[in-house]
Amino acid sequence: MDVLVLGAGVSGHTAAAFLKRKLGKKHNVIVVSPGAYYQWIPSNIWVGVGRMTIDNVRFKLARIYRKWGIDFRQAKALSIHPEGDDSSSRGYVTIEYTSADQKGSNENVEYDYLVNATGPKLNFEKTPGLGPGNNTTVSVCSYDHAAHAWEELQKVIEKLKRGEKQKIVIGTGHAMATCQGAAFEYAMNISFELRKQKLLHLAEITWLTNEYEVGDFGMGGAFIKRGGYVTSTKIFAESVLAENNINWIKRAGVQKVDQGKIHYETLDGDYKTIEYDFAMLIPAFSGHGIGAFDRKGNDITSRLFAGNGLMLVDADYQTRPFEEWTIQDWPTTYQNPNYDNIYAAGIAFAPPHSISKPMKSRNGTDIFPTPPRTGMPSGVIGKVVAQNIAHRIRHQTDEHKHTASMGRMGAACIISVGYGIRKGMGATMTVSPIVQDWEKYPQWGRDLNATVGEIGLAGHWIKLFLHYMFLHKAKGYPFWWLLPE
Amino acid sequence: MENLNKIRGYKDEFYPPMPTKTTKHLRTNFLVQLYKFFRLNYKIMRIVIKGHS
Repeated sequence: MDVLVLGAGVSGHTAAAFLKRKLGKKHNVIVVSPGAYYQWIPSNIWVGVGRMTIDNVRFKLARIYRKWGIDFRQAKALSIHPEGDDSSSRGYVTIEYTSADQKGSNENVEYDYLVNATGPKLNFEKTPGLGPGNNTTVSVCSYDHAAHAWEELQKVIEKLKRGEKQKIVIGTGHAMATCQGAAFEYAMNISFELRKQKLLHLAEITWLTNEYEVGDFGMGGAFIKRGGYVTSTKIFAESVLAENNINWIKRAGVQKVDQGKIHYETLDGDYKTIEYDFAMLIPAFSGHGIGAFDRKGNDITSRLFAGNGLMLVDADYQTRPFEEWTIQDWPTTYQNPNYDNIYAAGIAFAPPHSISKPMKSRNGTDIFPTPPRTGMPSGVIGKVVAQNIAHRIRHQTDEHKHTASMGRMGAACIISVGYGIRKGMGATMTVSPIVQDWEKYPQWGRDLNATVGEIGLAGHWIKLFLHYMFLHKAKGYPFWWLLPE
Repeated sequence: MENLNKIRGYKDEFYPPMPTKTTKHLRTNFLVQLYKFFRLNYKIMRIVIKGHS
């Protein structure tokens, strides 16, 4: 059997590693990824403030895959043909090589099982003027973007050292962007570094977000036990921002970026502008625009993908009002409903709806975060998809023995600043489940015993520990499979 | 904190709770943080194990 994995990020790499471990030499695992490197994305923040180099957060995939016996093709997927074509009924994916030696050449790669783990397309185009290379805004969504952000930040630091005041804007670059946690962490890191260099008084840092309340983080916020009260992450996040001398603008959907100016619309329907000298804004995410075709060459993209290019899975996509959403809407096996040998893992699967309540401005613009699926959920989903495919192959069954719903699994988000055993600080937040389960936890939506918010050195240690632990795991060092996702 | 805060009354950033000196000390106290390190790791591991079957 041939199992084809598209993508080698957190989810795809995890899926490929577990597939090979479970299937052994009897079956082939093929990985198609346009980049030559694996990157541990959460540590890109440290690259963005010069605490790490890009080689601290990435490694070449080819060597690891050769060691594991995985067939690696450095290429991007162009189209999926789940029914094959006139010459063969086996499904295949048309890929285009991106490696220097084969750049531009195409190939059809056949599969028996397909895992789509392509991650998100960083859709800078959805916000005119946004993105690296445009109007001096930067990104930390990939290691090269983060390295570029650090170059630009150093220019700002030089100006601050000369006594020039600088306006820094960090946040979401689209009305429906997600991944607020990463941007929030970057804002904290900039504040920490500037404070350390005694330059903070010259910088005006603003957190610009599409959240209804600060601390929503795309999951409708959370409630934590703190100081003898059950308090919301709104209070927690605002306290962290205020302590770090960061102002905030919430309920803002960025519409356009010009040189030195960010134009945004608020939920009130006002159109406003904020000036910047340095801005890091997370773009909208979408699928990669991979097409799908049936045996006769007819376009069947809508049978595999939702309108945003993310893959349809076993979620309940029926449109319902926010008040009627339940955790049963969320997928558990990530199997495509139309082709049972196709799965999506990580950010590549189409969520049934957001977690945060949808909000519309007076002008009809949707301004709210789409659901986050990065990090822990991506790894867990990748592993569960691999376990189920391996089980199906080994036992020749259609049974799915393993499940992972975002309405059941939790997640940890650690916002860490500084670097070192005694010189850092971390805000640790855990939630369980990620999607509120109002039936099981009618008052707060989540298990309060598993949902915590802590600030201290310990969070920074955990972040450091996780950096080395996850790279250990990703590189396949001894006992890697025992380490959690 | 540096002398940044000028007059912040009636602005959003004026109202959130701010850490006291004791809270800031506890955030960097090695023994307290060592305890929290293991406690948080335990909480995270519980979440991971419960999260998928």
